[in-house]
Amino acid sequence: MTPELQQQFQLSKTRLESDFPESKPLFSESEALIEANRCLFCYDAPCTKACPADIDISSFIKKIKTGNIRGAATTIFSSNMMGISTSQVCPVEELCAGACVFLEYNQSPINIGRLQRYAVEKALQMEKSSGRKLFPSHKNRSQKVALIGAGPASLACASYLALEGIHPIIFEKNNLPGGLNLTGIAPYKFKSEAALSEINWLLDHGIELKTGVEIGRDIHIKSLIEEYDAVFIGSGLGRDKFLNIPGKSGTNVWGATALIKKIKNEVDFNLSRSFNSAVIIGGGNTAIDIARELAMLNIAEVNILYRRTEDVMRGYAHEISGARKHGVRLIENITPSEIMLENGKVSGLRAEHSVTGESINYNCDMVIFAIGQEKQASHFSEYLKYDDSGCILVDDKTCQTDHPKIYAGGDSINGGKEVVNAAADGRKAAFAMLKSWDIQPNLDSKKKGSYHG
Amino acid sequence: MADLSINMCGIKSPNPFWLASGPPANCGEQVMRAFDIGWGGAVWKTLGTPVVNVSSRLAAVKYSGNAIMGLNNIELITDRPLETNFKEIYEVKKRYPNHAVVVSLMVETKDEWKEIVNRSIDAGADGLELNFGCPHGMCERGMGSSVGQEPKVLTELTSWVMDFSSVPVLVKLTPNVGDILVPGEAAVQGGADGLSLINTIKSIIGIDLDTLSLKPSVGKNSTNGGYCGPAVKPIALHMVAALARDKNINIPISGIGGISTWQDAAEFLALGSTSVQVCTAVMHNGYRIVEDMIDGLSNYLDDMGMKSVNNLIGKAVPGFIDWGDLDLNYKVIAKIDADTCIGCQLCYIACLDGAHQCIHTNQGPCSAYHGKSDHGMNPRVDIKQPILHSHDSNAITSIPFVDEDECIGCNLCHLVCPVPGCLTMKEIPNAAGKESWNDRIAKKTLL
Repeated sequence: MTPELQQQFQLSKTRLESDFPESKPLFSESEALIEANRCLFCYDAPCTKACPADIDISSFIKKIKTGNIRGAATTIFSSNMMGISTSQVCPVEELCAGACVFLEYNQSPINIGRLQRYAVEKALQMEKSSGRKLFPSHKNRSQKVALIGAGPASLACASYLALEGIHPIIFEKNNLPGGLNLTGIAPYKFKSEAALSEINWLLDHGIELKTGVEIGRDIHIKSLIEEYDAVFIGSGLGRDKFLNIPGKSGTNVWGATALIKKIKNEVDFNLSRSFNSAVIIGGGNTAIDIARELAMLNIAEVNILYRRTEDVMRGYAHEISGARKHGVRLIENITPSEIMLENGKVSGLRAEHSVTGESINYNCDMVIFAIGQEKQASHFSEYLKYDDSGCILVDDKTCQTDHPKIYAGGDSINGGKEVVNAAADGRKAAFAMLKSWDIQPNLDSKKKGSYHG
Repeated sequence: MADLSINMCGIKSPNPFWLASGPPANCGEQVMRAFDIGWGGAVWKTLGTPVVNVSSRLAAVKYSGNAIMGLNNIELITDRPLETNFKEIYEVKKRYPNHAVVVSLMVETKDEWKEIVNRSIDAGADGLELNFGCPHGMCERGMGSSVGQEPKVLTELTSWVMDFSSVPVLVKLTPNVGDILVPGEAAVQGGADGLSLINTIKSIIGIDLDTLSLKPSVGKNSTNGGYCGPAVKPIALHMVAALARDKNINIPISGIGGISTWQDAAEFLALGSTSVQVCTAVMHNGYRIVEDMIDGLSNYLDDMGMKSVNNLIGKAVPGFIDWGDLDLNYKVIAKIDADTCIGCQLCYIACLDGAHQCIHTNQGPCSAYHGKSDHGMNPRVDIKQPILHSHDSNAITSIPFVDEDECIGCNLCHLVCPVPGCLTMKEIPNAAGKESWNDRIAKKTLL
């Protein structure tokens, strides 16, 4: 990493994010051992089947049990290079832990996320203190790969390439890498410092990062395809979507991801002094995230307005129940019709009950749209195919697009899923690229956890 | 409530639970607290010519996070002055006349034995226990297990003590022998009133992988120690049972070895022990464990309709027969209850890799044996492609099933299943009647 980049990586402490407590702190050794020892070490374990990144979970937990922390971390990273952030960001209740056999047995599932966090963070501490890398570097090969956007998909893809001696170069239009991992994760789950330190670790395996460079503006796509052996698109999604209702351009109307980014990254940003009542429009996890964040920032009244009912909302049950503990209310069957403004500032929201048709007014001084993000304006349209919703079409197993040199992953192909999905896409693409060049990966995907360094 | 009191070769005790000779019975104050909490007797920490001990002395095996599955010690006999010990024994007996105080002894010469036996009896000992079992330190000086391993010496030393003693004498045996019947019968020949076993097993508990030094560490070194605790119970049970069914041994046994619960104690009693001795479990959790031991054993005896603990003693011994007399026609097979199965597939992998490849996964690919049932009698050398089972979409798809024709009833799957009552072994009715290997030898129809 360049000194300039290192300088950029220093985040100010006067960010709202810094005040949030961690909801799932790092296990102590004894906590980890007690939890690991509960694991039955299932065969063909349902947790692994439920993991989008296919991490061999029972194996890494077994390795924690035996004190083989480096081995546990290697098992995790060999399937998911974003193992640090996903250990905290993953909705384990919906994925691995939600498939734990203990749930069939009226017992609480294994706390897989926190065990993963323990394994990877401990292993990285050991890596630092011993100077011995988990993944030693390999002889350089001739291939170069350009990756667009420095979010989880590109970072995962670039890491697996770098481990095989390929030269990956990530182009990021913003000043800092990380994508939503840096700007979009609820601060009680994962903070920006941790995101940057994970990226720092990944970059050290031989990834080149160019920030402030926008493909299509600063570099022509055609030259990119010509100059590089492969191109990976991990550019994610665009700006927050807004409902087209009167008042949407008023002051204190926000897009959810934009506001989360301010809370996480903007120096001296403050909310609680100026606001008393927030309305969030949406029903997904981003809506719940921002609602909980605002409640935790002492905004007195935080209401999520959802057009349908809780049982069909996209947000996870554990997330909404977590938000409710902080005082967030979910109001069902509400369709907003107008944001009321006073002197240009939000003063309320008029809505309609979608069942009764009744008109309801909500007093509020901020409105946040959490109804999804726009697709990125694509400069690739002449090379790629898209589905009806604007997602790039790729092959399921390889993440290869219609163009043989172009691969894509993450939100740009799925329209907005978890970090772990992006990481899994990045890995698939990297291994498909290696295969296309007849390179037998050191990191054998069949023997998970074994790294033939 | 069942009567728990026992009389072991003349040593009376309100219940069969005694502290074994070791750190929990090191001094009078400890023994009296133990009696107050409920222990029926105590075998005093071995007395002999005073020694010096090292630091540290103990190390343990953890298993799946549980502390002290097995414990290893390199402590010697009492390092406190004999006079101190005798004064305490006297006080304890004066205050607790109805509890059993047995004094463990270990000295070398005939004169020393005479003196220490007399002083013990003068102090009020209800009985003596001759420590011919300690396998570390003391054996290097010609005592402990070095006596227990030499039947002639054992007989001779026992007979000396029998001459000197007016109270019952137990001989404590070492398990560090090829056949426990040899020292057992030697003790009977010497005139012993009872046996106690097992003493600890000679062991190295492990090494510290950071320093490559042995545990328990005495600076950079260590020495072989004596192994005990829950891990040794099966070895002890076998030795107790072997002596209990030996026709030449007709003296009572005090069972020792890994007893931590009333169930452990009940097993020792059923296999022929009259009293049981506990050390490691007390070292782990304190004297208080006896409360559940008394309560649990008493409830168990009530449930079994036994009015006295004496009714349990030896009840399981007749079931211990030679392999050659086992019924070859008895058969059980595994049954999986799909309703309670949680789908961990531990039975599947255990059977596949560790047994006979007869449990299949509902959700393929399944690598278990798919040929005609032959119980492995025909050569199997091809690694066949796993078969993808079709599965009922309504069921939890990871529930395995048993090929009942191929199942040989080994029990492994039953052992690994984490859900009580889910995987059971079901008896298959047998029309052929009982036939043992020895029957076949007699009939000359071996296979």
